[in-house]
Amino acid sequence: MTAQAILASPTKARRRPWVQHSILPGFGLSLGITLAYLGVIVVLPLVALAIRPWELGPAGVFHALAAPRVLAALKLSFGLSALAALLNAPLGVLLAWTLTRYQFPGRRILDALVDLPFALPTAVAGIALTAIYAPNGALGALAAKVGIKTAYSPLGIFIALVFIGLPFVVRSLQPVLQELDHEVEEAATTLGANSLQRAVRVILPALGPSLISGISLAFARAVGEYGSVVFIAGNLPGKTEIAPLLIVIKLESYDYAGAAAVGLAMVAISFGSLVAINGLQLMLARRGRA
Amino acid sequence: MPENSLPTADTDPAKGASPLSLEISGVSKSFGRFPALNGVSLQARDKEFLALLGPSGSGKTTLLRVLAGLERPDAGEVRFDGEDFLSIPVRRRKVGMVFQHYALFRHMTVAQNIAFGLSVRPRRERPSKSDVADRVADLLKLVQLEGLGGRFPAQLSGGQRQRVALARALAIEPRMLLLDEPFGALDAQVRRELRRWLRDLHDRAGVTTVFVTHDQEEALDLADRVAILKDGTLRQLGTPNEVYENPADPFVYDFLGAACRLPGVVEDGRLTVADWETKAPKDAPQGRVDVFFRPNEVMFAPLDGAGLAAEVTAVAARGPDVRIECLIEGKTFELEARGPGIPSGVAPGLSLRVKPLRPKVYPARVDA
Repeated sequence: MTAQAILASPTKARRRPWVQHSILPGFGLSLGITLAYLGVIVVLPLVALAIRPWELGPAGVFHALAAPRVLAALKLSFGLSALAALLNAPLGVLLAWTLTRYQFPGRRILDALVDLPFALPTAVAGIALTAIYAPNGALGALAAKVGIKTAYSPLGIFIALVFIGLPFVVRSLQPVLQELDHEVEEAATTLGANSLQRAVRVILPALGPSLISGISLAFARAVGEYGSVVFIAGNLPGKTEIAPLLIVIKLESYDYAGAAAVGLAMVAISFGSLVAINGLQLMLARRGRA
Repeated sequence: MPENSLPTADTDPAKGASPLSLEISGVSKSFGRFPALNGVSLQARDKEFLALLGPSGSGKTTLLRVLAGLERPDAGEVRFDGEDFLSIPVRRRKVGMVFQHYALFRHMTVAQNIAFGLSVRPRRERPSKSDVADRVADLLKLVQLEGLGGRFPAQLSGGQRQRVALARALAIEPRMLLLDEPFGALDAQVRRELRRWLRDLHDRAGVTTVFVTHDQEEALDLADRVAILKDGTLRQLGTPNEVYENPADPFVYDFLGAACRLPGVVEDGRLTVADWETKAPKDAPQGRVDVFFRPNEVMFAPLDGAGLAAEVTAVAARGPDVRIECLIEGKTFELEARGPGIPSGVAPGLSLRVKPLRPKVYPARVDA
């Protein structure tokens, strides 16, 4: 009997009490395709990644991950990604605010510029950033004069991660800012709030959930970023070597299991942080909507 | 402008009514080319409950927003207790505004919403935490939401949210309370319940209150005085009784309740409508007129009596009332009768006479 035949007979369908009855046909078929697709595209590679390192044995995996070079790379990747996402939070709010709340000539052009880090191939972004932040580049030379090394230092990586994360924050906030009920601000004004109190106590809290989602997207993107970072990073092992690059290096030296171990560690940390962020977001969203 | 140039409190001491508190004179406001308000002048007495009544687009909400300071009029003056109100910025006006859709702060609890106006005060004027808590508790009690202070607005019903908005507005001890369609978003049952309650609350709080509505029943039922607006101009201002009994013009007559209208002529103190002649009402205009009467203010008479010749086309009982559809002068009218007023043997096809008891006469207008 085919899936369709089972669906067609209502007496048989009732054998699945865990399925909520729907008037839409084709539940079995569409769920089947969904599961198969997700399985092949998402779960299977992850499972492969999860299995691969263990051919080294538990001790081997621990050894691979506990190497100072690996630990330094993981710390660098996650630490700078978090910092970059956090810097983008206030600046993203400011940008989104400017782009939605004011009317000025060139607003649309600025608005389009925000998308550029999205649209640019990451390698192109990397070359561009390196060109101006290198010691002989425009900004790099300036910074060098006051004794700050931008390119080929953790600061350079940070700049690249800020660059690629910005649109995530701005684009998450813009629709919410746009749809914010104007009457709520008017109500706050009639109650005696000044503009700062309106911004801090009325508007910002309303932005909370979408701000967190923007931050988490920017963070996730930054953790996995490769193209725009490798050019500006300098890639000094233990100093400016990011985790994705370390994976590539391990692969190039045929250390497949070791590469997979680093990858698995990244997946685990990313997953953990996203779960935590989502939980926080859910908490905030529940307060407002319920 | 010197603040004490107009001692309004003493302008009419003879009347014995409470002094004027709100004086609006010649206020105009346009949005682009659309004139929302066109030289509106009206006054409200201290602690008065004033309704701004009108169809949509009549400018009533714009006028309310001018009072709140959320719109700046193009011309005119607003004084409150003799003070030039327009020169006071919104946040210092101390008006309690209740928005049609409440505009509650969704991320704050009910208690935080109510306390907002107190908590944004400059530190010197801000009441202590325990004072704020006491005030919130008092207000929750006043609006009958005790025990709901910890809820979020999303967890409340429409009527409850409305009362939170009211409590929030009252928390700042407003000099004037402004309500924009306070019952607009509620269903009929809740509306009626809240109406009496709001009136009661106003009487206890003792604040001059201006409320906007398009529902004439609500305005007549609630307000001390009703201002009827149309197309940005004030058509009439008076007590509910005055405006209902003596509408200033056909629009007001029509807007305040069901109306029947027939053309007529006034000559030498006599009013003639079709084949019916009667004494013209006092101060009726001469010449061609429009005669208005309410469908439930008519007397039915046999064909040989006095009144307008009418032919019954349909009869329907509706509770204690009987709806009698009549053809008068070629026009169909839906009239109402009840109890002994119901003509005997009324049925479709019956010819009788209809005598309007209190016809109102306005100069004839050419257009509809």
